Amino acid sequence: MKQHPALRVLYVIIPVLVSLAVTSALVIAVGESPFEVFEKLWEGAFRNTESVAGVVNFWIPLALACMGLIITFTAGLWNIGMEGQIMMGALFASWAARTIQLPPELLVPIELIIAALGGAFWGFVVGVLKTRFGVHEIFGGVGLNALVSVYAIYLISGPWRQPEGGNAQSTEPFPANALLNPMSDVFPVSLIALLITVAAILVVIWILRGTRWGLNLKATGKNPRSALLLGVPTTRSTLSAFMACGLLAGLAGAYRVLFTYDSLRPNVSGGIGFLALLVVLLVGIRPLWAPIIAFVFAAILAGSTRLRVSLQLDSSLAGVLQGTLVLVVLLFNGLRQRLTEARPASAAPAAHTSSTVSAPTSGSEGAAS
Amino acid sequence: MDIQLTNINKHFGSVHANRDISMTLKSGQIVGILGENGAGKSTLMKILSGYQPADSGHIAIDGTPLKFGSPLKALEAGIGMLQQDPLDVASFTVLEDFIYGQPPARRTSGKAATALLRAQAERFGFHLPPDAPVASLSIGQRQQLEIVRLLALGVKALILDEPTTGISAEQKDILFGALRELATRDGMIVLLVSHKLEDVIALCDEVIVLRGGRLVGDRQMPATTHELVTLMFGQQLTTHERPKVALGEPDLKLDNVTLRTRRMHVDHFTLHPRRGEVIGFAGLDGSGQELILRACAGLEHPLSGTVSVRGKPMNGGRYRDFLAEGIVFCAAGRVEEGLIAGMTLTEHIALIGQGATIDWQASQARADAQIKHYNVRGTPQSEIQQLSGGNQQRFLMALLPDQPTVLVLEQPTRGLDVDSARYIWEQLLLRREQGASILFTSPDLDEVVQYSDRIVVCFAGRTTEIADASQVTIDELGRLIGGAF
Amino acid sequence: MNPELINILSSIIANATPLVIAGIGETISERSGVTNLSLDGSLQLSAMVGFAAALATGNILLGCFVGMLVGALIALIVVAGNIELRQDQVALGFVLTLLCADIAQFLGQDLSGERAITMPRVNVPLLADIPIIGPIFFQHTAIVYVSYALIFGVWWWMFHTRGGLALRASGDRPETAFARGTRVNRLRYFYTILGGALVGLGGAAFSLAIKPGWSNPPAMRGEGWIALAIVIFGGWHPFRVVLGAYLFAVLRALASAIQRSPDIDFPLVLLNLLPWLLMIGTLVLVSSGVVDRLLRLLPERAQKWTRNFLRSDPPTALGTRFDP
Repeated sequence: MKQHPALRVLYVIIPVLVSLAVTSALVIAVGESPFEVFEKLWEGAFRNTESVAGVVNFWIPLALACMGLIITFTAGLWNIGMEGQIMMGALFASWAARTIQLPPELLVPIELIIAALGGAFWGFVVGVLKTRFGVHEIFGGVGLNALVSVYAIYLISGPWRQPEGGNAQSTEPFPANALLNPMSDVFPVSLIALLITVAAILVVIWILRGTRWGLNLKATGKNPRSALLLGVPTTRSTLSAFMACGLLAGLAGAYRVLFTYDSLRPNVSGGIGFLALLVVLLVGIRPLWAPIIAFVFAAILAGSTRLRVSLQLDSSLAGVLQGTLVLVVLLFNGLRQRLTEARPASAAPAAHTSSTVSAPTSGSEGAAS
Repeated sequence: MDIQLTNINKHFGSVHANRDISMTLKSGQIVGILGENGAGKSTLMKILSGYQPADSGHIAIDGTPLKFGSPLKALEAGIGMLQQDPLDVASFTVLEDFIYGQPPARRTSGKAATALLRAQAERFGFHLPPDAPVASLSIGQRQQLEIVRLLALGVKALILDEPTTGISAEQKDILFGALRELATRDGMIVLLVSHKLEDVIALCDEVIVLRGGRLVGDRQMPATTHELVTLMFGQQLTTHERPKVALGEPDLKLDNVTLRTRRMHVDHFTLHPRRGEVIGFAGLDGSGQELILRACAGLEHPLSGTVSVRGKPMNGGRYRDFLAEGIVFCAAGRVEEGLIAGMTLTEHIALIGQGATIDWQASQARADAQIKHYNVRGTPQSEIQQLSGGNQQRFLMALLPDQPTVLVLEQPTRGLDVDSARYIWEQLLLRREQGASILFTSPDLDEVVQYSDRIVVCFAGRTTEIADASQVTIDELGRLIGGAF
Repeated sequence: MNPELINILSSIIANATPLVIAGIGETISERSGVTNLSLDGSLQLSAMVGFAAALATGNILLGCFVGMLVGALIALIVVAGNIELRQDQVALGFVLTLLCADIAQFLGQDLSGERAITMPRVNVPLLADIPIIGPIFFQHTAIVYVSYALIFGVWWWMFHTRGGLALRASGDRPETAFARGTRVNRLRYFYTILGGALVGLGGAAFSLAIKPGWSNPPAMRGEGWIALAIVIFGGWHPFRVVLGAYLFAVLRALASAIQRSPDIDFPLVLLNLLPWLLMIGTLVLVSSGVVDRLLRLLPERAQKWTRNFLRSDPPTALGTRFDP
């Protein structure tokens, strides 16, 4: 179907404008000026190298999570357990940081591997619940998220509690040799993590574009029955997608405890798993776009910390802006499809062919079945 | 009342499902609508009962023209249809389903409805406990419930779509008794859509035969099976010359296989397809042949008995294990099961390839070659759903392994025109010459007789083998398909 | 009976009320075929808006009403987005969950710490004086009685009226519903919006009766997910959904009771795992057919009854669109 280029631009601009308008309305509702708010957001993200580093520090775990979710989305899975998989990575990394004593050049890689395994394990559990026991991944995921979060609170307030007088909201800071190091004072970002993230993006893109596994995932996601008949191991695809996603989530979790913070905290993932789901809903399964949108979202997130400091506004405005954008884009996509479909349907009575074509795209529906 | 249909036409895409069909139906008659699968019977009945609009044509009751927008409108006009898979709600109780079937305006109390339900059920000897969940009923009972429900609505014309599929002989007797009583006593019009000659001969006063969307015959009963078969399938079967292929040893063996689903039992089935042999399965939809074919490829697991490949037991094996042994299954619904909508032809080619990474250039080249070789109208970049049915089927051929051991095919030429069908068979027979055995189903008896060395006829899960397909007569086949052994 | 135990039981009934109402709301929406996944966010937003409205006007009833309006509006987006714009119910619901939670937190930032206003406690005449039963069930705020009425009202509607038949049919087999004259999509609009309104009422029940006031981040975070889970736990049957809600409340009460008693040495926080383990365990039992296999071991007579009670198949057409 051909589209006028101007139309295509419009399709991008309108959702952005609508979500800006909605957000502005909310800002006005609490008695602030939207312009000031957007200015502070920008300032919060890009006023100097340090604030840009702040953006990158959100971007690293977010991008890792997004790439993981692109794998599961390709396989047709709603991995809402992402948040828990990040937490699990953080837990495993914390355990390693607290118990293993080695020089940093050995310890840090070990911590990251252990964290990745932890995330993959939690992803595996979601996968087994789905493939072996028929529990839909949304509910398995929600349950597992809660379990790991309760367990983290238990660890923080129990076995890993700080000695008397310490902060009850986190464990003791990990020893310095267990932490990731910032590359410089003006740009405090972990170089290793940055490199790992870039590598992860490239690897996921390569997996989806150039490997049999990636193609199997796509086939499984689009039509598991046909995929099976074409020789694709569909159960294995599903399980491996969850595990790969968990692996990247685990790395994201490790980054949160080993760099963003220096200790384990109750809500250490900070909603990054859910935010990543939003990003992937927005970009579909186009892996190239995910890191870019993730960067925009990370900038909004980082910028919003400034709102509290300078305007005493709650930083949840970031979520409002991101959420509205995704919602409007979804609704707008639907509207667009309807508009483009309405035309040929009225010209020729070929409604039957179009309905068979659109049927498989609704394959991800059927949430709780 | 009488119902008059005039010049009914209906298209689905490029398929002309009903062409200029006209007929008159009169009170007190039981009319059989006969035709093979795809002849347009179901479409016509759906139009008559308001489930689908006709593209053109008129329906009139007692001379008054009708315009149906929905099944409800048809019901109001007195026409009710019993679908092959009864349209009820599995989670309801019998009574709930019955009450939900009454018009919203009529406030039916539980007690009154129970009484009405019991009275109707008793009249025809139906067994319908009001508190039983619909999910626990047999197909036969669900049909009875639908009939009772439609009668309580006061329908004057009752359409039954393949009502004898999946019900017991006893239930069939009860059903037929009820239908006769409705026609003779209540003066109803009963339309029996069927491809079972036996049923039509046993029940109907008049038979209307459809073929290829056209009304090709209209005959007062009684008529002989032979006459009906001739009407249904066109001219007498012609005997075809088949290239002789030396048959080898069997690779795949089914021994004493028993299969069970909710609807179908196949007991102690044994089959040893030999290399180079083509075995056709004839039978009405849902007579057990689909189940057997799926069991051959590990998609259905036998309750007892053994499935083995070259002496290796494969019971409980997954399809992938069968595929590794060269046993390939192609389903009838190509885009639902077999091809993947949203993926390009190249991606399909790549998917069946080997190796951990994908060489897209090679895949595209291979796709290009296969497209040319199999004469597929499409490009490597086309997504599969953009292809027409015939081209999808050709491309499915292109996806088959070069040296399969056994090809298991559900309706390999479904929905294809004559040329495409012939082409598909050329390709299949080529593989047979290379030593593959072929198992296939087809609703087209001509196709079965033409290509098979051996024929297995299925009726309600029972099987009869015809060892030499070239000696079979259409009468014999028709009789077996209709369940007369 | 120990008055302290009566107190605990009474507070279990009260604490479960928002879950009961929201769970019932989600049940009718899913019974009609629409998954409204936005519960967690809708609860928070309606709680916040309901509280703000009540605070501004001093009218608690108005607060409840506004809460319902918010819930209904969110449900409208889900159902219209699905029916008219063909978007995935799950995707829409998920985005709305996050979005509404954030809007609630953002707009509610100045409300935390505001003096709470609470529904007055109303004792039901006569019933409240029955020993044990009275103090447990009939000495509550009005919203608790509303939840009782809802439980029985929805159950009655669902299983004893023609409207209920239409509701269940459109979630189970929309083709049948259509053939029998039910306007499936219109009905889905109605029940999803109604269900959303009940979720909103559940939210208002939180901020105006059960845990009065508003805090940032809100105390009821996560409740929506539990509500979604108990709908499955309850097999889409109002009585069992309610049972699930009370069971969760019991588990929580248990956790906090043990926490308060000094002589039990147990990692208390871990008790919070129980509801979630229960949820996953139930889902495994329900989804994997284990229940069916166990049932087959029972004698025929007992089988039928237990099967009916434990029936937990989701509405067959749940989450799918219906084009007549």
